Amino acid sequence: MTPQIHAEGLRKRYGDAYALDGFDLSVPAGTLCGLLGPNGAGKTTAVRVLSTLSRHDGGVARVAGFDVVTESAKVRSSIGLVGQQAAVDELLSGRQNLVLFGRLHHLGRREAARRADDLLERFGLAETGPKPVSAYSGGMRRRLDLAASLLATPRVLFLDEPTTGLDPRSRIEVWRAVRSLVADGATVLLTTQYLEEADQLADRISLVEHGRVIAEGTPAQLKGSLGATRIELAVTDPDALGSATALLARVTGAEPVTEELRVSAPAAASVLTDVVRELAAAELTVADVALRHPTLDEVFLQLTGKAEVAR
Amino acid sequence: MRWALEDGWTLTQRYLAQLARRPARLATVVAFPILMVLIFAYLLGGGMSVPGGGSYREFLMPGMFAMTMAFGLSGTMIAVLDDAAKGVTDRFRSLPMAPSAVLTGRVAADLVNAVLALAVLLGCGFAVGWRPHGSLGETLAALGLLLLLRTALVFAGIYLGLLTSDPAMVTLAQTLEFPFGFLSSAFVATSTMPAWLGTVAEWNPLSSTVTAARVLFGNPGAAGQSWVSAHAVVMAVVWPLVLLAVFVPLSVRRYRRLGN
Repeated sequence: MTPQIHAEGLRKRYGDAYALDGFDLSVPAGTLCGLLGPNGAGKTTAVRVLSTLSRHDGGVARVAGFDVVTESAKVRSSIGLVGQQAAVDELLSGRQNLVLFGRLHHLGRREAARRADDLLERFGLAETGPKPVSAYSGGMRRRLDLAASLLATPRVLFLDEPTTGLDPRSRIEVWRAVRSLVADGATVLLTTQYLEEADQLADRISLVEHGRVIAEGTPAQLKGSLGATRIELAVTDPDALGSATALLARVTGAEPVTEELRVSAPAAASVLTDVVRELAAAELTVADVALRHPTLDEVFLQLTGKAEVAR
Repeated sequence: MRWALEDGWTLTQRYLAQLARRPARLATVVAFPILMVLIFAYLLGGGMSVPGGGSYREFLMPGMFAMTMAFGLSGTMIAVLDDAAKGVTDRFRSLPMAPSAVLTGRVAADLVNAVLALAVLLGCGFAVGWRPHGSLGETLAALGLLLLLRTALVFAGIYLGLLTSDPAMVTLAQTLEFPFGFLSSAFVATSTMPAWLGTVAEWNPLSSTVTAARVLFGNPGAAGQSWVSAHAVVMAVVWPLVLLAVFVPLSVRRYRRLGN
């Protein structure tokens, strides 16, 4: 299947700095790709180039099968864009906004009104639809913004940090809306600096730094690249640390790593029962026994080798 | 072409809907000139004399009409900056709409605004004793010249609004509107100014429109010695056309190059 979003060697320069420097990306139809990276990594620039808002200096980008420069009009007919701000008219009502953008998508008057009502209903805004947007909460604005990007049933959707600045409840509402879009067959490129968000939503994740993709894979693959799960023991008594370490080394057959009052070693989940049995047999009291999966944060930190990651 | 017109009309409707939601916005546009009319007609008007004789209020009103048209510039800038800051401009640019519509829609919306403001000010003029004495054709021509000046300055406002993302630039533009407005024949006859300053004021594009409006309305004080004020009606067409010739291509080019 041909990818719905395809970028090869994209370069974009602002002054002396390259915002994109050999950016490659390929997103198959019907999947959600998470673009994950710290502020200034080039995520937004990538979205702006792919959605025809900015012109790149080098490389090729095709969206929905069309070149973003030579066939920009066709690209615009095929995409929806949700930028970092809720780009809606504050003075107008939610419904007026949707009808306005629907008309600019060249839907007929009646069709634009019908789509507006459908989308208000779908995003739980039916009641607030007639009210001016200035009275909306942050989460409601975001949902309206999302609804506005769906008026023409786009094949490809760009979501640039759609949950930045939202409270946890609104974030979950937006996540739910995004999941249902992908379930309906849309191809989505979502940028985020929240690892949890990418982990929750993305089929595949591309880690971006300094204008290029430095790692790519499913969330599980990226976590797997850090190695297997680990079993971790925590003790309260420093004297017990030695025997805990020895026990863990014996059962897992691996070299344990000690960190303060915790000791851990790579091991499969099935080994956990053996560890617990041995602990009981040795009458060793521990504060905690845990099976730990590597987090995307660890993947990110390891790959970028820096602590400047968000959170 | 069809979409250019239709999309432009859709964006004009957007402005009309905004206006219907916030009619007070129009009040802020006309409150200032009405206040100026009251100050100049009643507070300062007693000390004003019109060269060649005639009522100061009759002299003043064409100046107020033209000044209101000119001061619309910062209003256009604010609207353009606001859309850009809120990401609305980017949304328009990501839509399959005619790109020209963003400009034509803005022009149409601001002209609707100008017509409404002019209507309110005409009413205000009638209330303080101003009357047009020319034929219907001359009166309409005067109103047409006022709107022509506004159209030219809408494009200037669009260009300046697209050029910057800094709201402080609007304050700067608003501040500069004052010398532009006062260094003209809008409030006092240029013959009462020091000679060199009078010449500068007469060559101010605003003065040409003011004087042309006085001529066409048959209001006093229109007579000028210099070439530019003797040909005010012609210059009231030429100046806006020059401004349009400069700012239409500039603003179109600037809009096309957004994001580069």
